[in-house]
Amino acid sequence: MLTFIVRRTLWTVLIMFVITVVVFIIFFKTPGVDPARAIAGRNSSPQILAEIRAQFGLNRPLPIQYLLMMKSLFINRNLVSYSNQGVLVVPEVGAAAPATLSLVFGAAIIWVIVAIAMGMAAALLRGTVLDPLLMIIALIGFSTPPFWAGTVANLISQGGLHNTPLFSWVPPLGYTSFTTSPSLWFRGLLIPWLTLSFLYIGFYARVLRANLIEIQNEDFVRTARAKGLRERRVLIRHTLRNSLVTFVSLFGLDFGALVGGGAILTEVVFGIHGVGFLTYQALTSLDLPTIMATVVFGAFFIVLANAVVDVGYAWLDPRVRPN
Amino acid sequence: MATLLEQVEPDAGQPDAGLQPEIVGRNPWALAARRLRRNRIALAALILFLLIVVISFLAPVYAHDVAHISNPLGPNLNGTTVVGGKVVPVMQQGTGGLHLGETPIGPTWDLHHYFLGADDLGRDVASLLLYGGRSSLQIGISSAIICCGVATLLALIAGFFGGIVDAIISRIMDIIWAFPVYLLAICIATELLTHSNGIPIGPLKVSADNLWVPTFIIAFAYVSYVYRPIRGQVLSVVRKEFVEAAIAQGASNLRLMFSEILPNVVSTVIVLLPLMIATNILTESALSFLSVGVQPPNVSWGVIIGDGEDLLYTRPWVSLAPGIMIVLTVLALNVFGDGIRDALDPRAKLRVDG
Repeated sequence: MLTFIVRRTLWTVLIMFVITVVVFIIFFKTPGVDPARAIAGRNSSPQILAEIRAQFGLNRPLPIQYLLMMKSLFINRNLVSYSNQGVLVVPEVGAAAPATLSLVFGAAIIWVIVAIAMGMAAALLRGTVLDPLLMIIALIGFSTPPFWAGTVANLISQGGLHNTPLFSWVPPLGYTSFTTSPSLWFRGLLIPWLTLSFLYIGFYARVLRANLIEIQNEDFVRTARAKGLRERRVLIRHTLRNSLVTFVSLFGLDFGALVGGGAILTEVVFGIHGVGFLTYQALTSLDLPTIMATVVFGAFFIVLANAVVDVGYAWLDPRVRPN
Repeated sequence: MATLLEQVEPDAGQPDAGLQPEIVGRNPWALAARRLRRNRIALAALILFLLIVVISFLAPVYAHDVAHISNPLGPNLNGTTVVGGKVVPVMQQGTGGLHLGETPIGPTWDLHHYFLGADDLGRDVASLLLYGGRSSLQIGISSAIICCGVATLLALIAGFFGGIVDAIISRIMDIIWAFPVYLLAICIATELLTHSNGIPIGPLKVSADNLWVPTFIIAFAYVSYVYRPIRGQVLSVVRKEFVEAAIAQGASNLRLMFSEILPNVVSTVIVLLPLMIATNILTESALSFLSVGVQPPNVSWGVIIGDGEDLLYTRPWVSLAPGIMIVLTVLALNVFGDGIRDALDPRAKLRVDG
């Protein structure tokens, strides 16, 4: 078990390294972007440009530039943005993280609860009309592009119906931190939460239902029933527990991916200035340091989530452990 | 391949009818096709999808012959159209004393004149919808085919040769997958789009608004996703006896891979294909919404939704219509994909009905 964890950690570090290299290579030499000029501002004299180049190591060979950037990102944490003059990148990402985490955590709680309820209801009500009905709703959920769902939600809540009692509580687009005003924080995030979870509820309800049905046919469930256990006990203690294994591992992966930047669309549509929004802004202005920082943030979460899921899966299911 | 025996009703006209039912063997593909044929919902979904494809590819016919627009993708800021018998300008002046701002006309619900209204460049939204469908579907379908094809090839090679070949290919796939999918696609697309003179690929220069650019980006982003299940399938097939038998017969590696292993893996790919088309359509629309997918003057459903953002509260149909099309298309693909999966599931006969 320990070797497994150590190997995963080393693998994580390797992946992070490769990702930073790839991002660096993709963006270091984009035509039209001269970092020295971006940092110096307009109308700067050639001397200032040369000084900046020397200071930031922009005239050094590429691997050195890469190492310099890594050093200022991780060790000194004084990496400076190319497009917003003088803005330190790492604190910027740190300030944007709570918005993303609030969004994703809230959505995750909603989608786990609703998906489990829907999946179980559909599996229990098999044969009635409710099962296909629930599954169609689930299917529509994950056939909808999340940014479009957000756009429609905006249309309804911020548009003509904004003045009716139905939606007058919705604040204008944007994020207020919890410490500023819990009420605004909640009201501003409720619709983004529901929109984001709509997609995932659809997927997870179907996965859970399929797993539940599959496991209902397994032998150990038949044994439990033969022993005389009540149906509900059979369902919860035996069937659900086993079905949740797949659910949990998929959840871990998706959660990691969302924090890592999958929420970019929702953040852009709802104007929530989280890490995804920051990434998008950085990409449109080709601001390599910010891109690097946000991608590192995102990749770190994804790889961490993958590793946690793998370790957790191996812990839950002894058959999976490598011998 | 094994065949499943089936009972078939005896022919009533035969002299010995009723004495001995005829047993006909059917191969699994025919059985799967029969199960699919009986699944009416899946067939309906397939018909819906094909309908959308046909209508989208008839976009030029609609634009030129039905709506009488000569340049559907070009701006039409000063144009006029006929609404209820009256000639009205496409871009209407703002109400209010200074006549500032222009609003495109809303839906006329008249198939020949701006059925869904105009967008902020005065273009006919209905025509754009069809042209956009053509782009989105083309990108979605071709990137899914490329993605599945490349992934299958890599999985065959990795699973068959095993050892270090497998290790290298799988590690590379893992690294690609570790990159957040959307971020990977957005990063590559952003970088490629900065080459305003065209993207240099060897001696060629591919122009940035070529539809193949997003196609390959999306295919690349999802190759590792498709690679994993196929490789798992290849690994389990490689161990089977008939492969061993073929090796004993002296089959070459190529024949082993493509004549013995591939046919047994192909059912996994067939199930994945409609789902990947659906996923790729969603991804393409997201990229286009963020302006890093399909580039002007081409349109796709995602582009129209993005363009409609500014008009959202005044002319909602510009953003609503393409979204509805995406939902319908992806829904149809998902339902059909489910149907295929159920049809090809070897345990279908043993499964409790429901």
